[in-house]
Amino acid sequence: MTAQSCPRQHCATTMDSTALEPSLYTVKAVFILDNDGNRLLSKYYDLELYPSMKEQKNFEMNVFNKTHKADNEIAFVEGMTIVYKSSIDLFFYVVGSAQENELMLMAVLNCFFESLNQMLRKNVEKRTLLDNMDGVFLVVDEIIDGGVILESDPQQVIEKVNYRADDNPLSEQSVAQHITEKLALTSNVLQSAKEQIKWSILK
Amino acid sequence: MIKKFDKKDEESGSGSNPFQHLEKSAVLQEARIFNETPINPRRCLHILTKIIYLLNQGEHFGTTEATEAFFAMTRLFQSNDQTLRRMCYLTIKEMANISEDVIIVTSSLTKDMTGKEDVYRGPAIRALCRITDTTMLQAIERYMKQAIVDKVPSVSSSALVSSLHMVKMSFDVVKRWVNEAQEAASSDNIMVQYHALGLLYHLRKNDRLAVTKMLNKFTKSGLKSPFAYCMMIRIASKLLEETDGGHDSPMFDFIESCLRNKHEMVVYEAASAIVHMPNCTARELAPAVSVLQLFCSSPKAALRYAAVRTLNKVAMKHPSAVTACNLDLENLITDSNRSIATLAITTLLKTGSESSVDRLMKQISSFVSEISDEFKVVVVQAISALCQKYPRKHSVMMNFLSNMLRDDGGFDYKRAIVDCIISIIEENPESKETGLAHLCEFIEDCEHTVLATKILHLLGKEGPRTPTPSKYIRFIFNRVVLESEAVRAAAVSALAKFGAQNDDLLPSVLVLMQRCMMDSDDEVRDRATFYMNVLQQKQKALNAAYIFNGLSVSVPGLEKSLHQYTLEPSEKPFDMKTVPLASAPITEQKTEIAPIATSKLPEKLAPSRQDIYQDQLAAIPEFKSLGPLFKSSEPVQLTEAETEYVVRCIKHTFANHMIFQFDCTNTLNDQLLQRVMVQMEPSEAYEVLHYVPAPNLPYSQPGSCYSLVRLPEDDPTAVSCTFSCTMKYLVRDCDPNTGEPDDDGYDDEYVLEDLEVTVADHIQKVLKPNFGAAWEEIGDEFEKEETFALATVRTLDEAVNNIISFLGMQPCERSDKVPENKNSHVLVLAGVFRGGHDVLVRARLALADGVTMQVTVRSTDESVVDVILASVG
Repeated sequence: MTAQSCPRQHCATTMDSTALEPSLYTVKAVFILDNDGNRLLSKYYDLELYPSMKEQKNFEMNVFNKTHKADNEIAFVEGMTIVYKSSIDLFFYVVGSAQENELMLMAVLNCFFESLNQMLRKNVEKRTLLDNMDGVFLVVDEIIDGGVILESDPQQVIEKVNYRADDNPLSEQSVAQHITEKLALTSNVLQSAKEQIKWSILK
Repeated sequence: MIKKFDKKDEESGSGSNPFQHLEKSAVLQEARIFNETPINPRRCLHILTKIIYLLNQGEHFGTTEATEAFFAMTRLFQSNDQTLRRMCYLTIKEMANISEDVIIVTSSLTKDMTGKEDVYRGPAIRALCRITDTTMLQAIERYMKQAIVDKVPSVSSSALVSSLHMVKMSFDVVKRWVNEAQEAASSDNIMVQYHALGLLYHLRKNDRLAVTKMLNKFTKSGLKSPFAYCMMIRIASKLLEETDGGHDSPMFDFIESCLRNKHEMVVYEAASAIVHMPNCTARELAPAVSVLQLFCSSPKAALRYAAVRTLNKVAMKHPSAVTACNLDLENLITDSNRSIATLAITTLLKTGSESSVDRLMKQISSFVSEISDEFKVVVVQAISALCQKYPRKHSVMMNFLSNMLRDDGGFDYKRAIVDCIISIIEENPESKETGLAHLCEFIEDCEHTVLATKILHLLGKEGPRTPTPSKYIRFIFNRVVLESEAVRAAAVSALAKFGAQNDDLLPSVLVLMQRCMMDSDDEVRDRATFYMNVLQQKQKALNAAYIFNGLSVSVPGLEKSLHQYTLEPSEKPFDMKTVPLASAPITEQKTEIAPIATSKLPEKLAPSRQDIYQDQLAAIPEFKSLGPLFKSSEPVQLTEAETEYVVRCIKHTFANHMIFQFDCTNTLNDQLLQRVMVQMEPSEAYEVLHYVPAPNLPYSQPGSCYSLVRLPEDDPTAVSCTFSCTMKYLVRDCDPNTGEPDDDGYDDEYVLEDLEVTVADHIQKVLKPNFGAAWEEIGDEFEKEETFALATVRTLDEAVNNIISFLGMQPCERSDKVPENKNSHVLVLAGVFRGGHDVLVRARLALADGVTMQVTVRSTDESVVDVILASVG
């Protein structure tokens, strides 16, 4: 990827920082990508940073390209400090400004990952994550609010979210859920079949 | 997509991502089940998740469909499923901006916020504040105040953070919650402490006294949260910066004490704050550097990165302070995180000895292709600094740079390299040929027009003076054949310079010019035709004026003058001399090229400082008839830094007058000054014509008053004069809090330091890229020469700097740099004297028991020559 395609290249060379304005707005963005660099979840807290979806996805791709090969924990891309962590087929990123305290960002990333790890009973991989996407949204919501670090202790986050992941196929509840899902799926299939028939008749 | 899960995927019958093929319309269709009774929490939850997932993927929801889904969602408040309720809050937040009438959930949220279920209360507050505006905020103000001091931490934190978000929108309302926030700050919960501190700071940040008090209180009481400590360190260093307080203040002590905190985060924040303080001494830096040194061997990559990045910063200003860490940095050279390795090497390059340069360069070239452009620029900056430190290493550097130039990279990276090579060429004459050769090779395949034109310009300037100029011609002419218009035009200009300087090349250049005259672009043809005609005259003076040394006027000034000329038709031809000159770029000794031209382009478009002054002065009716502004001096301080009134003066020179602009600042908050003017008593035949007072000078708002002085016409050599200055004004005492002045005041005056006008104020710097040609062009009609002995000066450097600052002229041909271990030196200076006469000075200096100086002055006007020689003597 050449530099011209980066929309914010002008700030990329300014690694020199001026003093930080004291503020609670620490986190510029968080996102989870799969191992092809596709977005599974992302939240941008600084709306001026990448205002359009296209710029956001460009940025995510650029970050992914620079980080997915080596698990290095920290990188500097397009003038932003990025801390990251990978797990099986997932990549977790926390983005802060160039001047941000890297350890604060790490604290956020660790809390984020640890909370998911507990919630998903150590199965931090794409399938389980997507099956419990509601829980993941709630975890992010409890850790960061509008860019402010709301909580940094994974235990607290888990307690507040109070979410039960159903990834264990042996538990009664999840069997039941599995069946309901199957049913829902069948009804979906039936419905779409009905629709198709309806349309073919109408034609 | 993912092999690993194929088996499971086949079983469940859906792809690896259950959300992959979601259709917005289908999901919205499904959302109809929200209206079914009884509510099926599990299915509704799933649909809400899908909606949020779609929004997250950037799916666009129209207002109508969003509003419809939103209203359906509100029904789900009837269910008591916890996760479902929480997802409703999330949906509210996500849809707050795209759906209409979101405020209908206000009462449901208010109920949850004040209800018994603690799990709901925090998130409900945050959702509620997201949809609340200033007018509605007053309605929930009571609940917010209660929530801030609630004993459940999540409720209190949510209320504090939401208040912080709303400070931007409704500062006046949130300001009333200061007492509650104060109470929350003493909570036992670390996050509540942190959030309360943040809110309090945002509410008080414009009141420095209150912030100081708050900080004192919290440093004494001792907070527990490491986040809060980081915040306090930032507040403290900001206060230190603003108050310019000495480093013996309690703020600094606090920051330093944080170096011993048990949390690494706090220790690092404190170290980084100390490093970033302006004018920090080596002794103050030492403890910060030593904690960073410890971090260098941490197992955590982020900590190593943070430490080495900060050390790199220190090394720019205080390389010696970092030398102690060299061993630890050496260990990081092979770090698997290439960012850390790069930063370690560039830091070592700044601190290490000359002998280690080769080894480090080798190391870095082994992985330079793996690092991102941002870090490559860091590497180039380090090399650039190194070349100034160890000029003898230029061949290693040049080699390395040329390899980097061949690699792939973006514009910023390439520009950094080109700038670095150019600066090496300018510093080291020996490296000129290799450098030019590398650049020639680079433009053969260069996609960046800006860089190509820049290099062509450089080739035109430097190429003709090399031993074999002919070899550059081919590279330049290739550009004419292959490139875009801008590059072709630049190539034509460069060619012309070869033709003008080298007589034996002239015939070939003329042939090439002839070909350029067939170009498809107007600009290229125009340039070729113009240069062709000039070159055919074979006159040195023409070549000097039109090929080597271009126009030295300011472009916006020229535009303005031409516009003025077309408005008032006159018989007289347009006179270039009436156009204000461009102030020559101030060539500071480039101690730090670190911020390599990051913002060069926008700067050029902005009007120069002098153009701004010209406009400001022209706006004052008394100064309208003075003609164009010739020169504005740098500001001169007429008071000590810490006095009641701070006054500085800028001297504006016109053809026959000078205007003194006094920028005054009143630092007393209990006084309003009126009718402020500075009375001037000249020592020579200068005549003060007019004063323009500043009508009002309230506390801390700078104002300007002016004095107009006529220069003596009968004696053109009277260029220097001393003025004694007194500031006179009317004082009205006022209330420091309201700024309301008393009705009557009294006259007072304040004696300022003397102001000097010297010969430098009458000369504008002009850069002649080719001094020799300009020297010949002016000719020796009015040449005068004299020899002086400078007894007090001990070194050539000192003599050169004295002459430059005394005459205020532009050193050319980099003659301001005295080569080491030389006993003689020639300094050449160029400028334009008031009235538009070019003046050139050549000073031959010889060192022997003091410096002997032979000054030769040439000018287009005899009296100017006399003025210069008289003032030197």
